[in-house]
Amino acid sequence: MEKSIRSDQKIWRVRPEWPFLLFLVFVIAAYIGLLLLMVGANVLTVSWSQASEILKDADIQHSIILTFVTCTATAILSVFVSVPVGYLLSRYQFRGRAFVDTLLDIPILLPPLIVGLSLLILFNRVSPSACCGMLAGGALIAAIWGIARKGDRIVIRFLVGGVVAFGLLSLVSSGSETSLEDIVSEVGFPMTFHPLGVVLAQFPVAAAFAVRTMKTTFDQISPRYEEVAMTLGCNRGQALLRVVLPLASKGVVAAGTMAWARALGEFGPILIFAGATRGRTEVLATSVFLEINIGNLPGAAALSLLMILLAVSTLLIVRYLAGRGGAV
Amino acid sequence: MSDGMLMLENVTVQAGNFVLSPFSLDIGEGECVALMGPSGCGKTTLLETICGLRDGPVGGRIVLGGMEVTNLSPGARGIGLVPQDIALFPSLTVREQIEFGPKLHGWEPEEVKARVESLAGDLGLEKLLSRLPEGLSGGEARRVALGRALALRPQLLCLDEALSGLDEARHDEVLGVIRKMIERERVTALHVTHSKKEAEAIADRVVLMG
Repeated sequence: MEKSIRSDQKIWRVRPEWPFLLFLVFVIAAYIGLLLLMVGANVLTVSWSQASEILKDADIQHSIILTFVTCTATAILSVFVSVPVGYLLSRYQFRGRAFVDTLLDIPILLPPLIVGLSLLILFNRVSPSACCGMLAGGALIAAIWGIARKGDRIVIRFLVGGVVAFGLLSLVSSGSETSLEDIVSEVGFPMTFHPLGVVLAQFPVAAAFAVRTMKTTFDQISPRYEEVAMTLGCNRGQALLRVVLPLASKGVVAAGTMAWARALGEFGPILIFAGATRGRTEVLATSVFLEINIGNLPGAAALSLLMILLAVSTLLIVRYLAGRGGAV
Repeated sequence: MSDGMLMLENVTVQAGNFVLSPFSLDIGEGECVALMGPSGCGKTTLLETICGLRDGPVGGRIVLGGMEVTNLSPGARGIGLVPQDIALFPSLTVREQIEFGPKLHGWEPEEVKARVESLAGDLGLEKLLSRLPEGLSGGEARRVALGRALALRPQLLCLDEALSGLDEARHDEVLGVIRKMIERERVTALHVTHSKKEAEAIADRVVLMG
């Protein structure tokens, strides 16, 4: 017992603070210690000459370039999607909003292999007719639900239009033996086991993180700015472009950076959907996997360190932006 | 049809669980009316409904300048708004704030420049035109917001507790500027406040809600 204060009737006993503080310090030290040991283990496994040798390898250089290109493409796509979706979720109250919000988190929660497998099946096993049929069915369920809950008329009309359009497309394309992959390949955008497929495999999870970041950003910007802009003649879209986006610029960069970092760490979906072909669809994450497979542990450790460096740099950028008023 | 500038006819507003019971009001052209009432009685809700910033009223109609505007978009109503939190656009200079509306409506550059200079002169903002909102005092920010709201020569100026949070000296100064600008611009004004003193100082007529 460290202290006691005598009052009129009772003695107030105050237990010392240090055991709790010690517990906190122990937990954080153990966790950070584990992370540092993991990095240290990589450092100890590779020498400068081994690291330099693997970085000079033509296939690895291709992998590094493809990583930068695909991560950047995924980040741009994610920002393009996350700005309107984040704005919608932040500013509009509508029936089914919680359901949509939950749906958007699914890519984050799913095991990565399932994302890759789902893409592989969708592009190679499901006919365009079945795709359109599923979209028509989804729109029909949403439309019925919207009508039952007296939802917004414009949205219901839009959904009914979707039912009709996809239903007709499903009927027109029924009986065709082609797959979605055949169609995208025909128009010059092959996906499965192709570099473009890397972007598609990275996109679902990266976009989900970007959406979360943009929603938080818009939540932190007062809707009053848009309201004033609207009294001055803006419509919603103009208010977003002229008033809100300049205020959200740091959040946009943070969302892009977050998506870039997530794309960098993606492995399972890429392996399943795009493959890990040397000099073709190999990105850094798959390079590490391939180096382990051929027994080159120092090479794998060197690439791991490169990825750690990129991830830490990205996090530092995000933190810097958050400190300067961006919402992360 | 009323001869007045603003006519509210049994306007009923629902905002979540709050329902503003049928409310009627007639404001003549060039008149300044202060809307008073206790907190939570729906003053701001009513003002936002007049400005078109909420879903249309569940009942009644709003007529402005002889035209029904009940379901018109905010920008088509010809209303200037000074909100309680002022809401100057953080990334725009004082000049850009005042220019915002006229430029959006496609005014000629000379016309925009003349309007900005005229308002800046009347509001004492000449030396502040290149400043960002973060470099303005509370009184200056309110004068800029007033300039921004008046730039398009609105039919109706709505002020939502625009003087709250100012110390007494700044409060009286900005109050004087608002009164002067309402007279100079010959604009009809609806001023929401919970201060009786402020209402009596600025308004031709005081209307009680709640």
